[in-house]
Amino acid sequence: MERASTMDGLKVLAVAIRREPWIFTLSTVGSALFGALTVADAWVLGWSTDHVILPAFRTGHIGTGWLIAVVALFVAVAIGRAVGVIARRLGAGVMQYRMQAHYRRAVTRQYLRLPLAWHQAHPTGQLLSNANADVEAAWAPIAPLPMAVGTIAMMVIAVAQMFLADTVLACLGMLVFPAVILTNLAYQRRASPLITRAQQLRAELSEVAHESFDGALVVKTLGREGEETDRFAAKARELRDTNIRAGRIRAAFDPTLAALPDIGVLVVLSVGVIRVLHGHAAAGDVVQIGYLLTIVAFPIRSLGWVLGEFPRSVVGFRRVQHVLDATGGLEYGDERLPALSGDGIRGGARLELDGVAFAYEPQQPLLSGVTFEVAAGRTVAIVGPTASGKSTLTTLMSRLVDPDAGRISVDGIDLREFAPGALAEAVSVVPQTAFVFDDTVRDNVTLGGEYADDEVWAALRAAQADGFVAALPRGLDTRLGERGTSLSGGQRQRISLARALVRRPRLLILDDATSAVDPEVEQRILAALRGATGASEGGATLVVVAYRKATIALADEVVHLDGGRILACGTHEQLLVTSPAYAELVNAYETELDELAETEVER
Amino acid sequence: MSAVESGEQLGGIDTIRRGIHHSPELVEGAGRTLALAVVASLGQVIVPVAVQQTLDHGLNHAGGPDVSFTVWMGVAAAIALVVASWASYLMTARLFTAAERGLATLRTKAFRHVHDLPMLTQNTERQGALVSRVTSDVDQISQFVVYGGLLLVVSVGQMLIASVVMVVYSWQLALVVWICFVPLFATLPFFQKRLSQAYTIVRRQVGALLSAIAEPVVGAAVVKAYAVEARTQQRIDEAVAENMAAQIRTQSLVASFFSLGGLAGGLALAGVVVLGVELGIHGNLTSGKILAFAFLVSLFVGPVQTGSQILTDAQNAVASWRRVIGILDTPADLVDPGADGVTLPRGPLSVTFEDVSFAYPGGVPVLHDVSLQIVPGRRVAVVGETGSGKSTIAKLLTRLMDPTTGSVRLDGVDVRQIEGSGLRRSVVLVPQEGFLFDDTLAANARYGRIGATDEEIVAAAADLGLGDWLAGLPHGVLTRVGQRGEALSAGERQLVALLRAQLADPDLLVLDEATSAVDPALEMRISRALERLMLGRTSVTIAHRLTTAENADEVIVVDHGRIVQRGPHRDLVQQEGSVYAGLHASWMAQQRA
Repeated sequence: MERASTMDGLKVLAVAIRREPWIFTLSTVGSALFGALTVADAWVLGWSTDHVILPAFRTGHIGTGWLIAVVALFVAVAIGRAVGVIARRLGAGVMQYRMQAHYRRAVTRQYLRLPLAWHQAHPTGQLLSNANADVEAAWAPIAPLPMAVGTIAMMVIAVAQMFLADTVLACLGMLVFPAVILTNLAYQRRASPLITRAQQLRAELSEVAHESFDGALVVKTLGREGEETDRFAAKARELRDTNIRAGRIRAAFDPTLAALPDIGVLVVLSVGVIRVLHGHAAAGDVVQIGYLLTIVAFPIRSLGWVLGEFPRSVVGFRRVQHVLDATGGLEYGDERLPALSGDGIRGGARLELDGVAFAYEPQQPLLSGVTFEVAAGRTVAIVGPTASGKSTLTTLMSRLVDPDAGRISVDGIDLREFAPGALAEAVSVVPQTAFVFDDTVRDNVTLGGEYADDEVWAALRAAQADGFVAALPRGLDTRLGERGTSLSGGQRQRISLARALVRRPRLLILDDATSAVDPEVEQRILAALRGATGASEGGATLVVVAYRKATIALADEVVHLDGGRILACGTHEQLLVTSPAYAELVNAYETELDELAETEVER
Repeated sequence: MSAVESGEQLGGIDTIRRGIHHSPELVEGAGRTLALAVVASLGQVIVPVAVQQTLDHGLNHAGGPDVSFTVWMGVAAAIALVVASWASYLMTARLFTAAERGLATLRTKAFRHVHDLPMLTQNTERQGALVSRVTSDVDQISQFVVYGGLLLVVSVGQMLIASVVMVVYSWQLALVVWICFVPLFATLPFFQKRLSQAYTIVRRQVGALLSAIAEPVVGAAVVKAYAVEARTQQRIDEAVAENMAAQIRTQSLVASFFSLGGLAGGLALAGVVVLGVELGIHGNLTSGKILAFAFLVSLFVGPVQTGSQILTDAQNAVASWRRVIGILDTPADLVDPGADGVTLPRGPLSVTFEDVSFAYPGGVPVLHDVSLQIVPGRRVAVVGETGSGKSTIAKLLTRLMDPTTGSVRLDGVDVRQIEGSGLRRSVVLVPQEGFLFDDTLAANARYGRIGATDEEIVAAAADLGLGDWLAGLPHGVLTRVGQRGEALSAGERQLVALLRAQLADPDLLVLDEATSAVDPALEMRISRALERLMLGRTSVTIAHRLTTAENADEVIVVDHGRIVQRGPHRDLVQQEGSVYAGLHASWMAQQRA
């Protein structure tokens, strides 16, 4: 798919023209006006040479009327050109930016519509560049497009004028046009691989710097600054050499392109003198053709600019189109859970899983035949080794994906029957990797919902985040994220937890959501959770994926998962007795330490 | 915490002077490049002069058109054109080469210096900004020097030479042209300022746009789980609309200034013809000269039209240059004594803290008069509440920072007097989060010992009891770990960090114990590997777990920046009502739960 013909490039442009026909027309008319009037300048010059300058010199007398006409003509042409250039430049810009905006909106709408499974199948970096770099590349040829279209109009007029002035000289002068276009294409053919390479090297250089600074603690404590500098310097040198090579090519082509019309003018002059000598042409015709050549030669390069952007544009457009063509998305019903009770206290919801199976790849099932029930208000821990399917289970419970088989229901309603957004009102999930929005603390917790500051603080308190938030320079109004204050992993997890708690969910799912938090703090969080949600009476139902024994011990019940199947269900104490595999899993650490202690003694 | 120098106090000229000082390649052979630039600029007036000569002495020759003169004129002009083009090629190539060489040097120097800055390890949120100083800032300078800078030199040259030629032909007409362009030059700073402001807004909007677009991608799970799609879309739509508005505003400024340039050109042409004819009939000017003027006027229009753009680029480039120089101007806090420094002997090290106090610049003290002796080969655990100052002890031991007062000694030698690379050889820190580079496991392990063979790495893993784990990975030591090691689990990343330390073979091991929960099976492997890693070395562990404290030869309890207790676990735990007894009780609660 990577090979893009000029035809493909024109098709992409056609999409833009169909979408913004009026702006395109405006800017093209502006450009044509500019082009026509630029040529008119030459005509005015030629005309004044023949009708004003030379007669005036011959007769030693100036016709005032002629002079006024000359001034009026020049000024009128200049004003017309100014109008044309504004229409052209602004039109091209508006068209380009509108297309970018339109496609950015469309792509991000797709991102929001497509299910999580689709997101997981595409690398983050790729999705980001689809909405940014690819959209920009797709519409890059629009910027020089009106100028190119205007140039064509200008060339037609210029050529016509040249032929009207003198056929032989016009034929000679015409040779300049193909020469300029061919030289420009040759330049692009040679330079664009280098320019693309340099762009790629810049990205690689940035990655090296990012990684190296990110791992600064390792680099510094192991004294590897020298090696890291070598790694960076090698990329910097490669970028330097590529830039120099591209620069040399440009250095050769730029003066060549500039010299071509100059040579054309010299040839026209030399031949023109002969034509004038034999009375075939007037002096004004020679001047006019020479001048036409110089003014048309430069804009011709805009054709090359448009063509030169085509390969990048086509690739970018295809990548964007790939996102826009993606199908899928979750179907919704119209069920809702009953509204809040009057006093705002919300009872826990009952969760049922019945024969649930799921796989990303058909031959690699991640979950199969998972059946269990969590009674309202109970706390269940899901325990299992790495890659046993615990996280997948939480994405199914919160309906980020749908099961391939089986049924998951909350208070007896299949998750697929809920109206859009209705499930999120009742169920909150806190993922292991906390995502912090580039926004204030308050907004990170409320996500735009209507919550009073008291409620936000209560949620932060339950998540053990009130302390560090209060210490932030602007409290709840402190900006977090990439362009704000950065938080530690544990702090991010606690903000993410408060985001779930402020909603007073009826079912709360924690996917190892406190892994980066100190064990002591974690204990306080869980204690607060059980207190806040009132485990015994009408509190939220809690599903916890956990590693720490202390966390597991807090649960009313444990579901032991291994290889995507349930091995055992029951209380922690029961399972310790009845399931050797479970006992081995949760006691592995301590057993090992005991053994170590013994070997120590033996030594 | 000291900040990176912004370089903002540097003036434009000073910036360029300092910049050249740091990248001497930039001005190497500058004289010859400039001479070539003059020759290349002369190329611009060849055709106007040739046209004038041809008209006056060829076409309008007194005795009818003079063909031989015209042809000779053409040949001479063509030769001049070739010479000027060649000069232009040489000048551009030299400019590119000098600029890229100089900037690559500057970039590398700045990168190296960043690694010496304390804030890199202390203030992680500044990392992004530091990256952009060695990447996009340098690119900005490079782009300007070879595009805008080149254009600037050529444009100024073009206008100067055109002016000279015009004055030679007719000072009166030259004056007319200048009068038409003067208002434009006068408004140039105004437009440039507006344009520069407009670009600043665009850049800010682009940043906002990128972060808005990242939301549904990076935060896909959260956006969907909380059903806040509408809000996210609204934020994106706003950012997209603002971005578009900012771009269009900029474009309008550029377009209007551009059109003013054209307008001035038109006026100048009209003026030249009118005054030219007036002068001509009094015999002061030939028709060829008037036409030459018409060509020369066009040499003014282009540079003026792009002038505001070039000046804005120049301003941005100088600002970027300042930021890069700012890095080099920021002093590295820790001074490596280099070759004058002491080299420590091999073998387990003794550790001494003598009246050590530490406070971050402008902050409250985090350690107060800490004195401490650790016998070689001992295994010590440092415990304390979050914020007690225990991590500061690890940072001082590994000389990530120096004490405010007092001294830290290894084998009796102040760490400030130990030769830098030797210190890194002898003392190794295993941080909480074992950072991994996007490469193979072997390449990551080699950060511990440069040039270690794959066999040595496998052997080191076996020494730590990790042989079967390594063998169980899809490609063994050649397994790629992914960005930041994300292809491995958190526990496995810690194992690689331990392997790295084993290869480094330090005499003092400083461990900042991880707090994050991992799979119990891996937890077991980690503690076993740790045990083996500590054998035969002095070790100081910043401990978060009871078992670590229990297994240590000695426990040091830190509270509010002071050592409050020290001794073996079994003794300390007996001291009722002590800080350690409190910590112990909370650990026990977690274990027994």
